[in-house]
Amino acid sequence: MNFDLSDEQKMLGEQARALLAERSPFDHLRKLIDAGLEWDEPLWHEFGAMGFLGANIAEAHGGLGLSALDLGVISQAIGHANAALPFLSSIVLCADAIQLAGSEAQKAKWLPGLASGEIVGCFASAEGPGPLFATRTLLEGGKLCGVKTPVADAGIAQIAVVLVKGEGFALTELDQPGTTRTKLDSFDQLRSHYRLEFTGAAAEALPEQGKLATLFDRAAVQGAFEATGAADACLHMARDYALDRQIFGRSLASYQAIKHKLADLAVQVELARSNAYYGGWAADEAPGALPAGAAAARLTALAAFETAARENLQVHGGIGYTQEANCHFYYRRERMMAVTLGGRDYWADRLLAGHRREAV
Amino acid sequence: MDFNDTPEEATFRAEVRAWLAEHASQHVIPQGASLDDTEEVVRGKAWQRAVYDGGYAGITFPKALGGRGGSGVEAVVYAEEEAHYHLPKGPYVGIGLGMAINVIAKHGNDEQRARFIEATLKGDLTWCQLFSEPSAGSDLANLRTKAVKDGDHWIVNGQKVWSSWAHRTDWGILVVRTDPSVPKHKGLSFFVVDMKSLGVDIRPIRQISGASDFNETFLTDVRIPDSNRIGEAGEGWACCMTVLMGERLGASGRGSAVEPLIDYAASTPGANGGNALDSGSARLALAQALAEERGGKWFEARLRTMVSRGENPGALAGMVKLAYATRLQKTNGLAMELRGLDGIAPSEGDATTRAIHYDYIWSTVMRIAGGADEVLKNQIAERVLVMPGDVRMDKDVAFEDLKG
Repeated sequence: MNFDLSDEQKMLGEQARALLAERSPFDHLRKLIDAGLEWDEPLWHEFGAMGFLGANIAEAHGGLGLSALDLGVISQAIGHANAALPFLSSIVLCADAIQLAGSEAQKAKWLPGLASGEIVGCFASAEGPGPLFATRTLLEGGKLCGVKTPVADAGIAQIAVVLVKGEGFALTELDQPGTTRTKLDSFDQLRSHYRLEFTGAAAEALPEQGKLATLFDRAAVQGAFEATGAADACLHMARDYALDRQIFGRSLASYQAIKHKLADLAVQVELARSNAYYGGWAADEAPGALPAGAAAARLTALAAFETAARENLQVHGGIGYTQEANCHFYYRRERMMAVTLGGRDYWADRLLAGHRREAV
Repeated sequence: MDFNDTPEEATFRAEVRAWLAEHASQHVIPQGASLDDTEEVVRGKAWQRAVYDGGYAGITFPKALGGRGGSGVEAVVYAEEEAHYHLPKGPYVGIGLGMAINVIAKHGNDEQRARFIEATLKGDLTWCQLFSEPSAGSDLANLRTKAVKDGDHWIVNGQKVWSSWAHRTDWGILVVRTDPSVPKHKGLSFFVVDMKSLGVDIRPIRQISGASDFNETFLTDVRIPDSNRIGEAGEGWACCMTVLMGERLGASGRGSAVEPLIDYAASTPGANGGNALDSGSARLALAQALAEERGGKWFEARLRTMVSRGENPGALAGMVKLAYATRLQKTNGLAMELRGLDGIAPSEGDATTRAIHYDYIWSTVMRIAGGADEVLKNQIAERVLVMPGDVRMDKDVAFEDLKG
């Protein structure tokens, strides 16, 4: 038994974090929002060049062939910085769907470009409110018909993996007749969302069936790492602000109302991080334990991030309500993550169903 | 990261499992059996003796002191396997193994180590903890029980409270004030005391659970030989810290507290048909609790990895208990609600609901004992998050000059 990241994994996380700290400070995020940009394109290509995008993609397909835990420390760093990168869409969902369900030819065609960052993918499953996997979109005779909305990062993506009726996946190129992209007003200003309408767009099926739930489990682990990183950033932002702020003649951080709030949050973050480690390990080493492991990681990480995003702004007081402060990035991102990959009811069911079956 | 046993760990686990299969069953206390206190201690000592004879007592203690000289991971594996049996392992053995021998090993002298440690590992000596006082709980250093030197003895007077099993144990670990003229943390000294000494008067506390696990212990002119002092006079606070660190990382091998409540909900008729686990709110609350419990388990495992590398988890260890106790109260309270009025007054023979009652009551102790929630939160804020300490009125003031 060894319940810690390896030195190499810690170093990988540090590298990603250092790059993000340098290239994606909060003022930079404000500039992206003011310029109406949908992503940080130069940073994305740097991520590709560093190998971060291909960390969990097989070496034969242009990746580094590392583990889900390695990808997790990168997800964590992205969450920490609140970076404007389509990582979850392109790598965690689109590339992983192709890895799980694609043919050799599809993998060879698309994974190298996804790993290098030259190709951006998105993942289209939702069709408005309703059950998580309910879908009316059809793939018939190589033609795609239906409406997917909202789809994250569809404006910058060249390809989409689309959930179609029968719980299968279709792969389609977005820049073609028969595909209409309409930009939506996204609550998260650094993650754009689109409505995708397919009226006979050319598409092909990913041949492997029955991979949907596993794809979501694996993505939930990465989402949990991302949320843990973000929650940790909020915790320390609140702590640092409180240390700096003087009130009634002493540091705001010396009041128990603040200390206890942040101590509770620190506990939530550590429980979430521990579950994320387990989920990341299970994703590669113990597939039978993945559904419950992913669900536990998801539930604790999103709960931690929810508290962290709200209480960070609260600790800041009025300044937290300004665009000049940095709380709002996380306050918006948290709501986006809370609904991406399914709500808590789905994950509660997944945990209760999976917990007994795994051999922990 | 590897949540599986290494080959060596798997071998050790198999060995422990085989040993337990052969020896544990005759010591198991049947579920629901209520033993008389004296009988429980006799059984606890017998089991501890069997553990010692099997070579599993004091797994991380050096062989020279009577331990196994093994690793922290072995201790965890053993605790996990032993937890599959309902064995007599109450505070009467736990305080000796988890507190007394640690403090004696770290702060005692060779003569004291030889005298107490192996005897405790063998189950011959049982211990209670004489720390808290009516005006010294979370503020332990405010204690007033005093010891005055008299030749080669100390004369102790005062009152201790919340001493688990003091009425049935052989020795106590005791912290007292030996110098009121210095600030409160500095004037304390640490002793071991024979509970049969003249002047030790133990009175059970009637608890809200109906049981009396805890006692008040009155000490009136109790004579303790100076050779029973652990560490130097004035070093009592450091000894207490050694004890409390053991208390906070001690819990291990615990089974799930949430799983039985999920089963309970699934077997309770729901208010809107189906069963109580079909209710969205109950389902979500129990799933969230289960997710947090799992996080706690892996978090504890991370701390053990730290310890095995010689790192000190410090206040991180308090997170485990803080989360556990709060969850125990919340989930058992919820379970009672799921059952409707039956959760208050269960039918005859419904032992499960009664066990839930007990846990709901017991959770209040868990939130207070071994570092109250508020104390742990202060420690996490100050030591993990490096936030400022509270404003204090008692710093640098001699104990005898403090108000109240």
